[in-house]
Amino acid sequence: MTGEIAAILAVDGIASGAIYLLIGLGLVLIFAVTRVIFVPFGDIAAFTALSLASLETGTRPGTVALVAGLAVLATLIECTALVRAGALSRLPRALLFYLVLPLLPAAAVWLVAGMALSMPVRIALSLALVLPIAPLLDRIVFRPIADASVLLLLTVAVALHFALSGMGLLFFGPEGVRTKPLVDAVFEVAGLIVNAQTLLIVVAAVVFSGLLFLVFEYTLLGKALRATAINRTGARLVGIRPATTGTIAYLLASLLAGISGVLIAPVTTIFYDSGFLIGLKAFVGAIIAGMTSYPGTALGSLLVGLLESYSSFWSSAYKEVVVFGILIPVLLWRSLSMAATDDEETEE
Amino acid sequence: MAALLAIENLTVAYDKVEAVRDVSLSIEPGQIVTVIGPNGAGKTTLLGAAIGLLRWRGRMSYDGLDLRRLDVEARIERGFCLVPEKRELFGDLTVADNLLLGGFTRRRDRAGLKQSLDDVYGRFPRLSERRRQLASTLSGGERQMLALGRALMSRPRLLMLDEPSLGLAPLIVREVFRIIASLRETGVSILLVEQNARAALETADVGYVLETGEIVHSGRAADLMHDPRVTASYLGGH
Ligand SMILES: Nc1ncnc2c1ncn2[C@@H]1O[C@H](COP(=O)(O)OP(=O)(O)OP(=O)(O)O)[C@@H](O)[C@H]1O
Ligand SMILES: [Mg+2]
Repeated sequence: MTGEIAAILAVDGIASGAIYLLIGLGLVLIFAVTRVIFVPFGDIAAFTALSLASLETGTRPGTVALVAGLAVLATLIECTALVRAGALSRLPRALLFYLVLPLLPAAAVWLVAGMALSMPVRIALSLALVLPIAPLLDRIVFRPIADASVLLLLTVAVALHFALSGMGLLFFGPEGVRTKPLVDAVFEVAGLIVNAQTLLIVVAAVVFSGLLFLVFEYTLLGKALRATAINRTGARLVGIRPATTGTIAYLLASLLAGISGVLIAPVTTIFYDSGFLIGLKAFVGAIIAGMTSYPGTALGSLLVGLLESYSSFWSSAYKEVVVFGILIPVLLWRSLSMAATDDEETEE
Repeated sequence: MAALLAIENLTVAYDKVEAVRDVSLSIEPGQIVTVIGPNGAGKTTLLGAAIGLLRWRGRMSYDGLDLRRLDVEARIERGFCLVPEKRELFGDLTVADNLLLGGFTRRRDRAGLKQSLDDVYGRFPRLSERRRQLASTLSGGERQMLALGRALMSRPRLLMLDEPSLGLAPLIVREVFRIIASLRETGVSILLVEQNARAALETADVGYVLETGEIVHSGRAADLMHDPRVTASYLGGH
């Protein structure tokens, strides 16, 4: 391998690392606030890409039906719960949050799907369309078992992944899509030809993780999210509802995943089930940092991207093996160091 | 006068074991009421049920509202707060952020929050000195002050304190009881759970003695202090 090839592979790896980073940050955010390892999270990115592709070809995205179905189901569950608890005064609010708000972007997309839309409008619509999916799934699947163990929540998340891939096939069909390039230019950086799309991916990852950091550090909302993650009982005792911060975590994370979906759609062919593998690699990146650290997740994702890129140079057939292979020593090391901290805690 | 908090025939069980059995008590506005009792009597369980963290049977109302219909967060929004035995601070956040989040239910009242923050820093100068430090780095006494300060940020009408003097040096204990007495001056009603029976009865208007989940004595705090049955077990005899 020459230096030039190494550099090209590095650029490639950094770009995929940036994609995993956006999804990995979302995974960590959701896990910290709700204790759910949201296995189908990559699907949010893939569904955004598929929606965007449909809008480009002027057809109605399958997402509309998916969101409508989930919204109706979540509304039924929420209203039944409210009626049982005798809290009828909260019904209008429930209808607004579980039915009207999720259906607004779906209705908008349904109306304009056949029209010629500009690229920014298509992107904004796809993002808005996909945003409610994870919060609605949270209400339907995870809220009823919010106090369960992390292991049970994970098991349910795996089951949800299978259900969601089935729905993906139903709503999007088996064809793969690739969207138009967002930018069309090539740069030369230090003698290396860099695609503008690649640059855009990296810049977007940096900007959006920076924004997430600013939210955590400087807004009351961000601090409420962190408080829920640090101490749920403490959060409840100051009046922060974990269900509400959970929904906000799902929304923020979905936005990051949606953006990553928009970014990869022009460079990778996306199928209804492509999200799983992308999500799994992001998960490896997050696990390297123990699912708890945002900067650690950034490094982990970068490492996964680079490993994948270099291993596909030697043997593309084995690139998944290499990426998931590193998971084994990492998990071993993690469980050893975690056992050590557990001991410390019991000594307290 | 209508009671601010009325508890009637409250029973709380962990699985099959009843940790609180058939307890009734009430707090009038402006009162300090104390519940004393030995280790494992069920004091923490009583407060946990009252704030809505545990399942319970019986009847409870706060400010005329049936507590069945309010979850923990709705109680906090209405000024009914708990400083728990474990403090439940946000260890990875700064002292200032802990206090800021204490005022979460009043987040739209920026001017009022600023005022409350100055009040808390005035009351606890130590917290002001350490406002940029992470809560997890505080000493036991400072943590206790932060927990109390965080609760005060929500401008409570009824504050439940679970062993505020637990593990504190005698000098700080006196300071804590002085603060509790001074809170009453600002119109806060208090339900105080303590093992330090003497200090608690000296500060309170009304006292209840809880033993193995049941109330065995109750009355004016001044009377309980001279009740031989209470002095023998809790005040080291007189
Ligand atoms: N989470 C729990 N699960 C099962 N039993 C519990 C639990 N918490 C407390 N208990 C039991 O309930 C009883 C009352 O405990 P509680 O903590 O309310 O007592 P306490 O009066 O607050 O004691 P202390 O003075 O030590 O704080 C005890 O017998 C205790 O062992
Ligand atoms: Mg206790």
